[in-house]
Amino acid sequence: MSGMFVHNLRLGTGSLRRNPLLTVLMIMSIGFGVAASMVTYAVFRAVSGDPIPQKSSQLFVPQIDNRGPQYNRHGEPPDALNYTDAMALMRAHKAVHQTLLFQVGLSVMPEDSHRMPFKALGYATYGDFFTMFDVPFQYGSAWGTEQDEAREPVAVISRTLNQKLFGGENSVGRRITLDDRQYRIVGVTENWDPKPRFFDMFSGNAYAEPSQIYVPFTYAIDQRIDTYGNNNCGSDGKRGDDWDSWLRGECVWISPWVELDTAEQVQAYKQFLNGYAEEQRRGGRFNWAPNNRLRDVHEWLDYEHAVPPESRISLSLALGFLVICLVNTIGLLLAKFMRRAPEIGVRRALGASRGAIYRQFLAEAGMVGLAGGCLGLVLTGLGMLGIGLVFEPQIAKLAHLDFSLVLLTLLLAVTATVLAAFYPTWRAAQIQPAWQLKSN
Amino acid sequence: MLKMTHLSKVYRTEVVETYALRDFNINVNEGEFVAVTGPSGSGKTTFLTIAGLLETFTGGQYHLDGVEVSNLNDNERSKIRNEKIGFIFQAFNLIPDLNVYDNVEVPLRYRGMKGPERKDRIMNALERVGLASRAKHYPAELSGGQQQRVAIARALAGSPRLLLADEPTGNLDTQMARGVMELLEEIHREGATIVMVTHDPELAARAQRNVHIIDGQVVDLAEDPRFHQAVHAARANSPA
Repeated sequence: MSGMFVHNLRLGTGSLRRNPLLTVLMIMSIGFGVAASMVTYAVFRAVSGDPIPQKSSQLFVPQIDNRGPQYNRHGEPPDALNYTDAMALMRAHKAVHQTLLFQVGLSVMPEDSHRMPFKALGYATYGDFFTMFDVPFQYGSAWGTEQDEAREPVAVISRTLNQKLFGGENSVGRRITLDDRQYRIVGVTENWDPKPRFFDMFSGNAYAEPSQIYVPFTYAIDQRIDTYGNNNCGSDGKRGDDWDSWLRGECVWISPWVELDTAEQVQAYKQFLNGYAEEQRRGGRFNWAPNNRLRDVHEWLDYEHAVPPESRISLSLALGFLVICLVNTIGLLLAKFMRRAPEIGVRRALGASRGAIYRQFLAEAGMVGLAGGCLGLVLTGLGMLGIGLVFEPQIAKLAHLDFSLVLLTLLLAVTATVLAAFYPTWRAAQIQPAWQLKSN
Repeated sequence: MLKMTHLSKVYRTEVVETYALRDFNINVNEGEFVAVTGPSGSGKTTFLTIAGLLETFTGGQYHLDGVEVSNLNDNERSKIRNEKIGFIFQAFNLIPDLNVYDNVEVPLRYRGMKGPERKDRIMNALERVGLASRAKHYPAELSGGQQQRVAIARALAGSPRLLLADEPTGNLDTQMARGVMELLEEIHREGATIVMVTHDPELAARAQRNVHIIDGQVVDLAEDPRFHQAVHAARANSPA
């Protein structure tokens, strides 16, 4: 069987060489169709992947409706929490792990006074953040609950920032000055940059540059470090005149995350959220029925439309283009195969079953697909260079041609071409040898 | 070897039914050399394609080497064609894109034969028809007679029990035709069963037995005195 397969491939290669124009047209058709699909798929894959596959079904975003139905979009509660609700969730401590976070933008003062200060972005969060999101460390570790509670000025910095400030040395225990405040470095993360940045969709940072610093949430609040991310006070909301009134107000700006390992824990947490909202209603803060959500990572990314609509649209268009290319290939293959009706008649007379004709011509189509796939690879490579013309630069740079995409390109080209060849091959296998031989 | 009983073949369209063969009866014994003659449109080639399992029939029975073939599926028919039948066509029907060696190899490939055995058989068959030195030539580089010899080599390579020849010399000049005919006679002497369709009374005369077809039926040669005379004359003039 394998000998016959190799023989069929040899016949296919020979046949392709004999009709170079038709062959080139088919290969171009497949190549362009596959390349368009692969380039757009590369973008789609980059933005639609699971950023934390090992825990995406255990990490949840609690949402609490603190504004009421008249301010909600499609009945959905706000995408973040205000300070009051966020702190209530932390104090209740109903999850296995829980954290709050908001984005901070701090000026880094290098130890070398000759160097200019620069802005570094990061997060004010709790120590559980690093455990919950499996953040890898190069040196040291996260700060602990004690530091959270003691509101200590400690910091975790990124490998990149550590390289910039300390030449990549182990900087644990050293000091870093951020906005005139000194922090003790307790850990240096490895390069860690999940895409999309699922834990901070609220601030629109899904595809932003990696975070460089992390400081305790409690210390940031004490020091009145303002959010560098979004702050949503609703259509007629007010931020308030001072820090305390902002903290007491209904503006939402804090992203909460909880880790729940079992279905029972998830159910219990939902009950807790409803109980909390009900309590707020009884207390007169809310005058509407509890309207909470508890979404896991996938649900959260869907809800936040993490995949840009232009990515879906361009992928759909490219797949449509591939279908058109395949229809074109069907026509070309049909013309090519039917021209060989006399040969098919002879082969049938000499003992080829319909199955043997199928195998021979599908192998030939497979060769076309493989050649189309190789052209598609080259065009995909070129297409990668031009992605920035269609997508935003921060999204465009995520797409890349790796081994899996190379394999997928070839597989798609061969599979699609072989599928497209079924009809022409079926027609070829139906050729009646008697009529072909009589007509000679 | 080949037995057709009350066999019929009808071509149907929406408005007309055409009988290509009607109540057709023939029996060819193992080792026989039978010439099938008849005017154009009489059904000779239809008989041959049915005999070669290239076409199905409408009614009656056909036993090939003791097997009733009407209920065989495509795979089984293909296998019998491949293993038991060799075809020689008027138009040679070589595959133009394959060289002589590869053309002769085609039926052996479908039989799943191993490489060394294929090679032995191909070279033996080509030597037998005197074309071993042309193994790498393409059909377009050969004369008509050489092409027909390649076709015969292709038919012989698989050692078929039955050789079906459709006007094997129809496209050849007299000298080439004589050479091909001598080759067929030699193959027959070695034990092959040959059924040859021909227009040519001289060729028919060189067969062991003649079967005459008119309007899709086998007729007694005595009923067609003109043909009978032509065959008689051809036999008298035959150099053998």
